[in-house]
Amino acid sequence: MKKRWLCLFVENEIGVLAKISGLFSGKSYNLDSLTVGVTEDVTVSRITISLTSDDQTFEQVKKQLNRSVEVIKVVDYTDVAIHMKELMFVKVSGCSEKDIEEIFRISQIFNITVIDYNRDAVLIESVKTENKNNDLIALLGKCFANRIEIVRGGSVAVEALSIDKISMKSISYRNP
Amino acid sequence: MDITGAELFVKALKKERVDTIFAYPGGQAIDLFDALYGEDDLNVIMPRHEQGLVHAADGYARSTGKVGVCLVTSGPGATNLVTGIATANYDSVPLVCFTGQVPTGLIGNDAFQEVDIVGITRSICKHAVTVRKREDLAEIIKKAFYIARTGKPGVVVVDLPKDIQREYGSDEYPTNIEIRGYKPNNSVHIGQIKKAMELLNHAQRPVFLIGGGVNIAHANMEMLKLAEITGVPVITTIMGKGAIPTTHDLYVGNIGIHGSYAANTAISKCDVLFSIGTRFNDRITGKLDQFAQDAVIIHVDIDAASISRNITVDVPIVADAKMAISKLVEKAKPLDIKAWVEQIGEWKKQYPITMRKEGMTPEKIIRSINQVFDSAIITTDVGQNQLWATQFLELNERKQMLTSGGLGTMGYGFPAAIGAKIGNPKTDVVVISGDGGMQMNIQEMATAIVYELPITICILNNGYLGNVRQWQEMFFDKRYSSTCMRYRKSCIANCNVPTECCPEYTPDFIKLAESYGAKGIRVTDEKEIIMALETAKNNRKVPTVIEFIIDREENVMPIVPPGNALNDMILESEGN
Repeated sequence: MKKRWLCLFVENEIGVLAKISGLFSGKSYNLDSLTVGVTEDVTVSRITISLTSDDQTFEQVKKQLNRSVEVIKVVDYTDVAIHMKELMFVKVSGCSEKDIEEIFRISQIFNITVIDYNRDAVLIESVKTENKNNDLIALLGKCFANRIEIVRGGSVAVEALSIDKISMKSISYRNP
Repeated sequence: MDITGAELFVKALKKERVDTIFAYPGGQAIDLFDALYGEDDLNVIMPRHEQGLVHAADGYARSTGKVGVCLVTSGPGATNLVTGIATANYDSVPLVCFTGQVPTGLIGNDAFQEVDIVGITRSICKHAVTVRKREDLAEIIKKAFYIARTGKPGVVVVDLPKDIQREYGSDEYPTNIEIRGYKPNNSVHIGQIKKAMELLNHAQRPVFLIGGGVNIAHANMEMLKLAEITGVPVITTIMGKGAIPTTHDLYVGNIGIHGSYAANTAISKCDVLFSIGTRFNDRITGKLDQFAQDAVIIHVDIDAASISRNITVDVPIVADAKMAISKLVEKAKPLDIKAWVEQIGEWKKQYPITMRKEGMTPEKIIRSINQVFDSAIITTDVGQNQLWATQFLELNERKQMLTSGGLGTMGYGFPAAIGAKIGNPKTDVVVISGDGGMQMNIQEMATAIVYELPITICILNNGYLGNVRQWQEMFFDKRYSSTCMRYRKSCIANCNVPTECCPEYTPDFIKLAESYGAKGIRVTDEKEIIMALETAKNNRKVPTVIEFIIDREENVMPIVPPGNALNDMILESEGN
């Protein structure tokens, strides 16, 4: 079992997300996170998926996705140089003076932003990798048990610029 | 010129060269039916139930190679298609199913007869779409036919809201279509073909394993050529049966849990397994880790997702069967495998599939069908009737079998025969069904009568849901739970033995046939089999129901018990 990353280019149409997520549930594929958003071409949406699976299942996942009429292109990011970030909000409530000081210290060290504050509650925004966000949750959970509310956006990813021109071409979704 | 969506629908059907549609009306499809009124070029068949309708369209498509077209209303009309859609899609049958839908403004309001049929069928069809704008209609229909008939064929559902059917718009219908996410494979990797032939040419114990893909691609001539040039024995799956004539010297038999001993053993002992158009379904592999364990496996399939899913393949070839086999033929040469061919012949002779000699066995009935019908389309239902048919039916270029192989849908056989007869009015059509499955779509008898379809319907009546009963007998200690079709309230609890005093069977199939206006013949003696079949064959106006009263506890043999390796079979029933 291994963590995998996929990037899908799909038709920006009603029902496509249901088709993709239904494929995962219907075939009992594991799905860790899924994000979707429209691209520079409004007829195309881009989906970033993370899943944990063995090699054989992962091959099937890719084939099954490729088979869907609505899927334009499937790109495997597992072993590709990419930039990947996840947006996460953490609301800490019932804060004492000391708690607030601690939160500000954490945010300085972790390089995250306090975006709202009302004397006894603090709202933090973190744009980090999924792993970094996991670490942050672990830390905050320890310091402020039962007082944190977490909203995670799921990861989005883009190929790093260091990829040479030829391989960039191969992941273009437009028709030749 | 501006026309309504319904008028464009009719125009599209004609442009797609559709001549027959299977249709059942309703409130949200009424405009479409109105547009069909008076269209003499379109043969509109109205069955008696939407499930019968979709199976008929399926039988029509399988037997003609054309796209089957269904038209039903929203809500229950649409949901009644579900089983038939899954059945057709599972066996790669091209269908386009149009469903009426409530007006776009009402979608989501829980309107009368509203269901999300696209959502319901998403996982059981190739593509499903709701038309949301009148201007998209032409392109969506064009795409639907293109997707249904190309690549691995399948079912496309087009949901048509009522306001779109009524709205005026362009009358243009595109001639070409481009779908960026859908590029059916239309080439063969020559390097892989060479690699495959290299392996085959050096094999000591090679076999071909042929699935339904060869029949769907109409690659039978090419397959025969490939087999004859190489001299390699051919084994088929149920869906692949008929890929080469079943009487051919090189034909070994079916593989699978009710396959022949020779076929299953040859697969288990071969050194090169050359498979074409099969997805290695669990019914044919038996215990996975012992399947063809000594073999190098070559796999040709049009669907990349079928390759190395159940069985790890050494040489994958993603291609249409006909195209691939044609290329293989070019590189084929005779193999020196005399000892192996003789060995398989020996197994065939030693363990033929056969039933007891006395009494009216299903074997005798099916062999009589072989004898009486020289050219025919034979449909089967699902269960023992189907398994016996796949064991004993002779198929060749003049005889085709239609069966629900993937989904295994009871109630398929009879309506599929109706569709086959409509598509092939000059060919004899024979149904082999059980008494259980026959009752699942018996209402279609009216359809067969009103369209004057002289179909021969053979009901093998054992008064049980025989296949499940057989499993209960063999693996569940004879606890016949809910499998007796002669059960009545007056019966003793937990009965597990049929006797002379069992209650009368209901319905009386003969009277039932007659009440519809069909002919009914009951056969209880083997001497009457041929005559009954001849009578049915010569009846050119109405369907003939032949009810064969067979032994109540007849079993399908041989069988690979669940969990066993393919060649670890039980060859005979205990009683025999």
